Amino acid sequence: MTDHTLKAFDEDIGELRALIAEMGGLAEAAIDGALAALSRRDNSLAAQVVGADKAIDELESVLEKKVVEIIALRAPLANDLREIIAALKIVGVVERIGDYAKNIAKRVPLISHRTSHEPLSLLPAMGQIAREMVKDALDAFAARDANKALAVMERDRAVDDFYNSIFRTMVTFMMENPKTISESAHILFIAKNLERVGDHATNVAEMVYYAATGTHAPERERGPDLLAEKEA
Amino acid sequence: MTDTGKSAIKMAAHNVNVFYGEKQAIRNVSIDVGMDEVTAFIGPSGCGKSTFLRTLNRMNDTVASARVEGTITLDGEDIYSSAMDVVQLRARVGMVFQKPNPFPKSIYENVAYGPRIHGLASSKADMDVVVEQSLRRAGLWEEVKDRLNDSGTALSGGQQQRLCIGRAIAVQPEVILMDEPCSALDPIATAKIEELIHELRGKYAIVIVTHNMQQAARVSQRTAFFHLGTMVEYGVTSDIFTNPREERTKDYITGRYG
Repeated sequence: MTDHTLKAFDEDIGELRALIAEMGGLAEAAIDGALAALSRRDNSLAAQVVGADKAIDELESVLEKKVVEIIALRAPLANDLREIIAALKIVGVVERIGDYAKNIAKRVPLISHRTSHEPLSLLPAMGQIAREMVKDALDAFAARDANKALAVMERDRAVDDFYNSIFRTMVTFMMENPKTISESAHILFIAKNLERVGDHATNVAEMVYYAATGTHAPERERGPDLLAEKEA
Repeated sequence: MTDTGKSAIKMAAHNVNVFYGEKQAIRNVSIDVGMDEVTAFIGPSGCGKSTFLRTLNRMNDTVASARVEGTITLDGEDIYSSAMDVVQLRARVGMVFQKPNPFPKSIYENVAYGPRIHGLASSKADMDVVVEQSLRRAGLWEEVKDRLNDSGTALSGGQQQRLCIGRAIAVQPEVILMDEPCSALDPIATAKIEELIHELRGKYAIVIVTHNMQQAARVSQRTAFFHLGTMVEYGVTSDIFTNPREERTKDYITGRYG
């Protein structure tokens, strides 16, 4: 990609990308922290993750201002315009990903007294995939790499499969032993939060694809839908 | 509008080449200009957009060394055929230039001149109606109705340009060509001309050459990008400005050209 004749425009876009990379890094760290706190039953780490979300929110507001400024001063067009709009939307999504990590961390103290719970051992693996999807989607944005974005979208199915499996297991647990309902509900919410992180990473990847190519990503095959199954 | 969303063709150029002496200024340009649309020509200086615009009403005839090849039709009729009356053609395909150029006569006379030589008004009363209608369509009537005998050159730049548009409208054209009509105007006068272009759309086929890409984006339904004498890309304006197909178009509109 050749540079703009007006170098200040390239500097603005460079600054925007750096800020998004920083914000994405914080969100990834929050997911890592929340998952580590969950595995190690570490309440103080969980509290740190909750506290760190403020920095993500602050970056969101800085980035929104930057995007408005670029639109006002540079009147971006074509691929520049698509990238700036994608950036604005991605910023909102990354903020939500941070919220999910915070929400997971908040639940850590509520289940930490229990020593073993089978689905609990699935959550780190599930979280790892979701976190890597976030990282790869943001890397794809930085590199304007449509193929990398497509690869992220394809991985969403794996996260959904984890969620469906955990959902079924937890429902069985709760039916067999109603005393586990409170904890099982928390674990279910954590799984749901990770599933949403995967969805949001997929959304980021879709925006990256559009920004890079100007066309929407091809429709993908969806996994089984729990709600649809129930209706059938 | 047809099913394809494209309006009926008013003018069509096919394989047009323009030479100034040995130098080729336009290479093999083919384009359809829609009846109910504003078509914008954009591109860097020297790309041929103004030269091409001038082929549409044979303004290049006035340049001794200029030679036009290919066919250009108005309602299917070849405008370069020997049967075409050039004076009549220029009444049907009017033109507004970069710098407002009113005649050094009264506001009234600036508008009345064309209808008079084309015999479009049979009496003073008829002419008064033509002048008022033309100035109303040009969005200038309210500002000048009490001083129609003042000199056209005494108006502000923006008013002069609207007077020139009124003058073009007065001879009942079918197509209006505008060659950077706002480049000598301030932003307020520019906005008034753009609003006028918007209002005139549908009554006349309009083709506008502009250096200001935001202006092309604001006023046109279709945009053609010219570069080095060729037409690189022609499409729906919103597509050109959000997702151009050609690399050269993208580089130009995003400010990466050269």
